[in-house]
Amino acid sequence: MRETPLSNCEREFIKKAVADKRRIDGRQAYDYRHLKVSFGVERGCCQVEVGETRVMSQVSCQVVEPKQARPADGILYINVELSPMACPSFEPGRLSDFGVEINRLLERCLKESRCIDTESLCIVAGEKVWEVRVDVHALNHDGNLIDACSIAAIASLAHFRRPDITVSGDEITIHPASEKDPVPLSVHHMPICVSFAFFEQGKFLLVDPTDKEEKVMDGRMVIGMNKHREICTLQITGQMLLLKDQVLRCSNIAVVKVTEITELIHKALENDRQERSKGGKFGFAESVCKNKLTTNQKTTEPVDMDTVEGEMASAYLQGSDDSDTNSDITSSEDDDSVIIMESGVGGIGMTGKSIGMGGKSAWDVDDEMKELKDEGTKQSTQKSQKSHTTKHADGGDLGDSSEEETTEVLGQTAQKQTTGAHKTKKRKS
Amino acid sequence: MYVYFAYLTDITMKSTKGTEVVTLRPLTCEMGQLSRPDGSATTFQGDTCVTVSVYGPGEVRINKEQLDRATIDVVYKPKSGLPACADKAREKVIRHTCESVLLANLHPRSSINVTVQEVQDSGSFLATCVNSCCLALLDASISMKCTMAAVGCCIDFENEIILDPTKQQEERSKATMTFVFDSKDLKLLTVVAEGKYTREQFQRCLIVCKEASESVFSFFRDSVKRKLSKTV
Repeated sequence: MRETPLSNCEREFIKKAVADKRRIDGRQAYDYRHLKVSFGVERGCCQVEVGETRVMSQVSCQVVEPKQARPADGILYINVELSPMACPSFEPGRLSDFGVEINRLLERCLKESRCIDTESLCIVAGEKVWEVRVDVHALNHDGNLIDACSIAAIASLAHFRRPDITVSGDEITIHPASEKDPVPLSVHHMPICVSFAFFEQGKFLLVDPTDKEEKVMDGRMVIGMNKHREICTLQITGQMLLLKDQVLRCSNIAVVKVTEITELIHKALENDRQERSKGGKFGFAESVCKNKLTTNQKTTEPVDMDTVEGEMASAYLQGSDDSDTNSDITSSEDDDSVIIMESGVGGIGMTGKSIGMGGKSAWDVDDEMKELKDEGTKQSTQKSQKSHTTKHADGGDLGDSSEEETTEVLGQTAQKQTTGAHKTKKRKS
Repeated sequence: MYVYFAYLTDITMKSTKGTEVVTLRPLTCEMGQLSRPDGSATTFQGDTCVTVSVYGPGEVRINKEQLDRATIDVVYKPKSGLPACADKAREKVIRHTCESVLLANLHPRSSINVTVQEVQDSGSFLATCVNSCCLALLDASISMKCTMAAVGCCIDFENEIILDPTKQQEERSKATMTFVFDSKDLKLLTVVAEGKYTREQFQRCLIVCKEASESVFSFFRDSVKRKLSKTV
C-alpha cells in the first residue's frame, strides 16, 4: 500500500516551527520521547517503545560450522525486519533502501564494535561454534526506528541465555535448561545509536525525530556510542553539509543520551532478574497496563461437562453416521444439485442473498441457456474448466481462474462429505 | 487422581472429577495500541501472545485486484528466522478463515492487509492468532458477518482431552486440534487437526471446544464494549 504523502502546508508548518525552536509534540530540541523497555517470558525477547514507535527483538542460537577465515570465533547475525505492520509502505519480503540502511547500520554498530565476545562462543575450533541470531521486528513506525532497533537489539542480547555445554574429549553435550542453568553472553559494552535530524542545511537539529519530522528533514546523522564515550559508528545521510563543530556538539549530546538509555536498560534487566528469581510473574502480559479502557482481562469458567455429555449422548442416539452430528453444519439445500460457493460470499447456511451481492438474476432464462447452464454445472463437478462462460450467463458470477480452482476443491469434497464447512485435515505420519 | 504441572507462570491442573482440563487459560487483550495500522490487537492466552495489525480497506496492487471484492492478504511473521513452509500454511488457514467471515463484497477492488506477528508461542498458537485477528478486525471496524472464536485442544496418551494446552502438553499429546466457530449459530468455520484420533474423540473435542468458545465470544463482546464505553 502506498503511504499518505505529507501535505505542503504540514511541511511548511513543521519547518517554520523548527526554525522557531518548537516541535509539534511540545518537546525541546534535545529531548527523547518516553522510552520503555520490557522483556518477555522467553529469554532474549525484548520490546522497546520510543513514544509510539514500537520494536520487538528476539535472540536465538544454534550450533554451526565457523567461517573459514575465523575458525575460533562464533557468529553474530543481525536481521532487521521492516514488518508491513509498522508502515503501510513496507512490503513483506523485499528489503527496501531504508531496510538495507538499518541492517547495515546495526551490523556495524554491534558486530564491528565487538560488543559481544565472539571467542567465547567457540565450542570446538574449526568445527562447531555458536551462531547467535538477533531478529528485530519493527511493529510501529513513528520515526526513529534506528534508535529503537539498536536499543532492542542490545537489550535482548544482554537478556539472552544460551544453553550450557560440556566438552569431554570428542563428545559435546548441550544441556537443556532443565539440567543446567543457561549461560549469559559476555557483553563487553552496550553501543546505542542516537539519531539527529538536521534542518536548513545543518542550522537546526532535533534529537529523536518523529515520522513527520523525518519526512521534512534535510538529512540525518546517526552516532553509535557506548557509555564509556567511545564512538562505535558514525553515519551522515541526506542532502546537507555539516560543520566540524556541529558533529562534535552532537557527539556530546549523544554521550548524555546514551548514558541515560544504558541506565534504563540496566534497570529493566534488573527488574526482570528480580522477578524471575522471586518466582513472580514476568513477561509482556504483566507489563500491559490493566487500567486502560483498551485492555481487557478475563479468567474463564470451566466448561460445563454435563452439557457436553448430553450432546455426546444425543449424537450417539441419532446414529453412528458422522454426518449426523454435523447436521447443524450442513446447510439446508433446496435441491439435490451441489451449490458451489466461492470464498468470501455466503459461507455457511446462507443460500440465495448475500450482503453486497444483490439477489439472483431476475432475467428470464431461455431454454437453450438453461440447457447450457445444466451442462455447465455438471461439468464443473467433473473437473472441467468450460463452465466459465455459462457461469456468466447464470447471473453475474465473475470468476477468474484462481477462483475456479477453489470451487473444484469444494466440489470434490462436497461429493464425499458435507458441504459448506471449510475443513483442512493433516495427518501425522 | 491429582496431577500438578507448574512451568514458570503457567499452572495447569487436572480436575479431580473428570480428569480432563476444561478451562481456557486467562485471556487478556489490548486493542488499538499501534498508532499506524487502522486496527491492531494483542491477545494473551496464558503465556501465548500474538500481535495482529490490520490495514484496510486500502489500495491494492493491480495484479491482486479482484473486481467484486476486497483482496485479503495475510502475512505471518515468526519471531526468529525467516518464514518457512509451516508459516505459509498458517497464513493460508488464517486467510481462509478471515475470508469466510469478512464482508469483502462491500469493498471491491481494494485490499485488507492483515499482519500476524508471533510474540510468544506457548501452546494453542493458531487459536490465539485467529482470536487476535478477530479483535484486530473489530478494532479496524471492517464489516464482518460475525465474529470468530478459535479454541485449541489436544488428546494426550491417556485419551484425556486437554483444552487450550501449553507447549509441553502439546508436545506430549498424540493429537492436537484447533476449531474456529462463528458467533451466530456456533457453526464450524475451520478445523485444523494433526495426529491420530478416533471419530468419537473428534466429536468430543468438537463439543468441548464449542462450549468453551462461548467464553471467548463473551470476552470479545466485553473488550469492545469496554473500549467504546467512553466517548472521546
